[in-house]
Amino acid sequence: WVCHTPIRLRELIRTIRTARTQAEEREMIQKECAAIRSSFREEDNTYRCRNVAKLLYMHMLGYPAHFGQLECLKLIASQKFTDKRIGYLGAMLLLDERQDVHLLMTNCIKNDLNHSTQYVQGLALCTLGCMGSSEMCRDLAGEVEKLLKTSNSYLRKKAALCAVHVIRKVPELMEMFLPATKNLLSEKNHGVLHTSVVLLTEMCERSPDMLAHFRKLVPQLVRILKNLIMSGYSPEHDVSGISDPFLQVRILRLLRILGKGDDDSSEAMNDILAQVATNTETSKNVGNAILYETVLTIMDIKSESGLRVLAINILGRFLLNNDKNIRYVALTSLLKTVQTDHNAVQRHRSTIVDCLKDLDVSIKRRAMELSFALVNGNNIRGMMKELLYFLDSCDPEFKADCASGVFLAAEKYAPSKRWHIDTIMRVLTTAGSYVRDDSVPNLIQLITNSVEMHAYTVQRLYKALLDDISQQPLVQVASWCIGEYGDLLISGQCEEEEPIQVTEDEVLDVLEGLLVSNLSSPVTRGYSLTAIMKLSTRFSSVNRIKKVVSIYGSSIDVELQQRAVEYNGNDLLDLLGGNDVPVIPTTMPTKPASAGGELLDLLGDLSLGIPPMTAYNKNGLKIDFTFERANPNPNVAVITIHASNSTEADMTDFVFQAAVPKTFQLQLLSPSSNVVPALNQGTVTQVIRVLNQQKLRMRIKLTYIHKGSAVQDLAEVNNFPPQSWQ
Amino acid sequence: MDGWMDGWMDGWMDGWMGGWVDGLLLTIGITSSFQMQFMLLFSRQGKLRLQKWYVPLSDKEKKKITRELVQTVLARKPKMCSFLEWRDLKIVYKRYASLYFCCAIEDQDNELITLEIIHRYVELLDKYFGSVCELDIIFNFEKAYFILDEFLLGGEAQETSKKNVLKAIEQADLLQENIDYQTRLFAGVMVPSMASESSGLFQS
Repeated sequence: WVCHTPIRLRELIRTIRTARTQAEEREMIQKECAAIRSSFREEDNTYRCRNVAKLLYMHMLGYPAHFGQLECLKLIASQKFTDKRIGYLGAMLLLDERQDVHLLMTNCIKNDLNHSTQYVQGLALCTLGCMGSSEMCRDLAGEVEKLLKTSNSYLRKKAALCAVHVIRKVPELMEMFLPATKNLLSEKNHGVLHTSVVLLTEMCERSPDMLAHFRKLVPQLVRILKNLIMSGYSPEHDVSGISDPFLQVRILRLLRILGKGDDDSSEAMNDILAQVATNTETSKNVGNAILYETVLTIMDIKSESGLRVLAINILGRFLLNNDKNIRYVALTSLLKTVQTDHNAVQRHRSTIVDCLKDLDVSIKRRAMELSFALVNGNNIRGMMKELLYFLDSCDPEFKADCASGVFLAAEKYAPSKRWHIDTIMRVLTTAGSYVRDDSVPNLIQLITNSVEMHAYTVQRLYKALLDDISQQPLVQVASWCIGEYGDLLISGQCEEEEPIQVTEDEVLDVLEGLLVSNLSSPVTRGYSLTAIMKLSTRFSSVNRIKKVVSIYGSSIDVELQQRAVEYNGNDLLDLLGGNDVPVIPTTMPTKPASAGGELLDLLGDLSLGIPPMTAYNKNGLKIDFTFERANPNPNVAVITIHASNSTEADMTDFVFQAAVPKTFQLQLLSPSSNVVPALNQGTVTQVIRVLNQQKLRMRIKLTYIHKGSAVQDLAEVNNFPPQSWQ
Repeated sequence: MDGWMDGWMDGWMDGWMGGWVDGLLLTIGITSSFQMQFMLLFSRQGKLRLQKWYVPLSDKEKKKITRELVQTVLARKPKMCSFLEWRDLKIVYKRYASLYFCCAIEDQDNELITLEIIHRYVELLDKYFGSVCELDIIFNFEKAYFILDEFLLGGEAQETSKKNVLKAIEQADLLQENIDYQTRLFAGVMVPSMASESSGLFQS
């Protein structure tokens, strides 16, 4: 005797939960799925509901359930309420508008929208309003509109939200709902009121005509809001002493949209906003939620200055709230208003700066962004002190942005050159490894321009090098400075502070130390070698320098070799031989060359023997790849793409994207530009770094605008030379 | 061929979705400025207990989003605030005993009122199940959906009165001719300091 009755839902759940391993669970699921499938095949009406429910449970666990989609449709078509309930739920979980099968629902939903039982109508409205596709919405909009006019508030509120969904999917249908909105706000039922306000909001956001049309509702909305605030305790809608906060928030939001840019409307809502702002209880989150929405509204409409100050002060108080969520929204809002209401926000500067010490990462980030926005000529010293302290102690994820922010602020508002150099020094020494690569040339430029500070700068940088040579940007800037102003260093000309006593040999020791140190990146080595070379015109220890150069003339590091060889070229020997020693032009590549570009230009064909290849050549766009191995990690292939354009029109907004299989890791650095000039007049280069130990495969995606049209192409790159991944 | 394509497609999609290409991040899409895009309920072990999607996405995308988000939220420390930025959405989450309630809202939406929405939903569950715990939601997941669907529609609140939502559910339940016999499971002795599946959601 075998029992064919499918097991109950809760029984299945209980059974599956006893599985001790993933494999055991999978086995149970497979067994049950097989049983369910055969039950479906038998067209069993009695247990279809139970089976689909079980399928939905298994779907939630992550198992495929698509074979149940049609069964959901059968359940929806059934007359039993239980069936419909599960059927609609299944439809919402298993079907989506991308599958044609969902359209089969349309007729059922249409029938159910006209069902005699409101709970069935409710199911249909809910499903349509949650997942209805554009086609379904078009077909059924008329039914929804009908229900929007019913006196049954249970259905009316659902119809309103369903209409919102219809409008979102098919915006041109918005007009047809206009007549039905006529009396929506006269409703007493809060559910209908709330959903009506949502519907009106959606319409106003999408259509300026609707917005103009609905402005006349402002007095009515103000009245409803006033009643909510003034009315006594209403148990049905009360949340911690506040009457229907959800409705209050939605009304405030609609008022915001209606009042924006309109003097009359803004004036009409001024009083109620002031009232809400001053009378709302702030001890719990719910009150603060309303205050928050009020602040957003005040800031967006044409409110009088007193009201705006009131709003900013509310945010200021939020900043002092124990609840971190409140502090978070305050910072977010202040960040939005800092440009328009700068002075008002400045008043809360110290509280904002305190938030830099907050434990929450999101709060810290916002406080940092806001702090930078508040820096000006008056508060630069104080603010920078706080921000540098923050830079010292903050998480690595903030350091790069903070350092960039400090450099920017210092450049704009530095009270003195000395202060500026000191600030840069502070950043380089405390967060030196996080400073962005492109800061280095900017800093070098800055130092060059601060002529009177050269002696001080080079001295400070030299001293910093004695302490720590691990932070590459610091070392690079320091090397460059020593190369340029080494003579000032050894002559002890510093005015700003006690000049140090240092000899040429000591300086060269330091620079040579950088060349051999494992801590130095190839770029850094390039900087130090260049610096040593420059010192040949400033120092007298020319022999020592020549020796260093000849050592590196046979260096395994090809770019150093190249550099050394170039420097040892005829020009230099001539220069060294003569009595007049002209300055070696500083247009020698001193820029860090965004980790690839210009160094490769230097290298030319000296690419460690990996031949370049053409990765893509179509429609006039050609992309070549050149290769090198990264130092020190030989498993990282550094590929530079060179994009050229042989057509007669530029390719603008050029974006190169790459993807590799999961087993690889890929990093794309910034491109040299987004315009590939016509007629091969230039190339766009970009560096890719791939971590790989297997045969390299890549897919590339190119998008650009050519002669006014957007072009997109996908391609596979399979012709990588074997040396690039071995 | 299949194996190749699968490995490739995922890597490809990951590459695009992962956002390691400068400035190009896949977004789910802003539908309007104020919409809840989805709500997820999951346990502290990352097991999904409920998923309600208000935007059209493929099963694969939903799985990916769920996986990522669950990981992100579970990694949050208790001292952190209930909001985080994720892709171009705002995530509002709150833990009740052993269950995380997690909503994705859009940029212009009010995070604080979303917390109230979540709280209201938990209150409804609590009233319906009587001191609700995670086990109730596991064994009666379809009921949890029904209740949610009487409270929210298309990501918006359709009813702001607790009483009315519960009344509607009650009536709908009565319409059901075959009501499955529900057995409440007790998971044994409750350890007060640890939130387990049988901890009432409102116990702190």
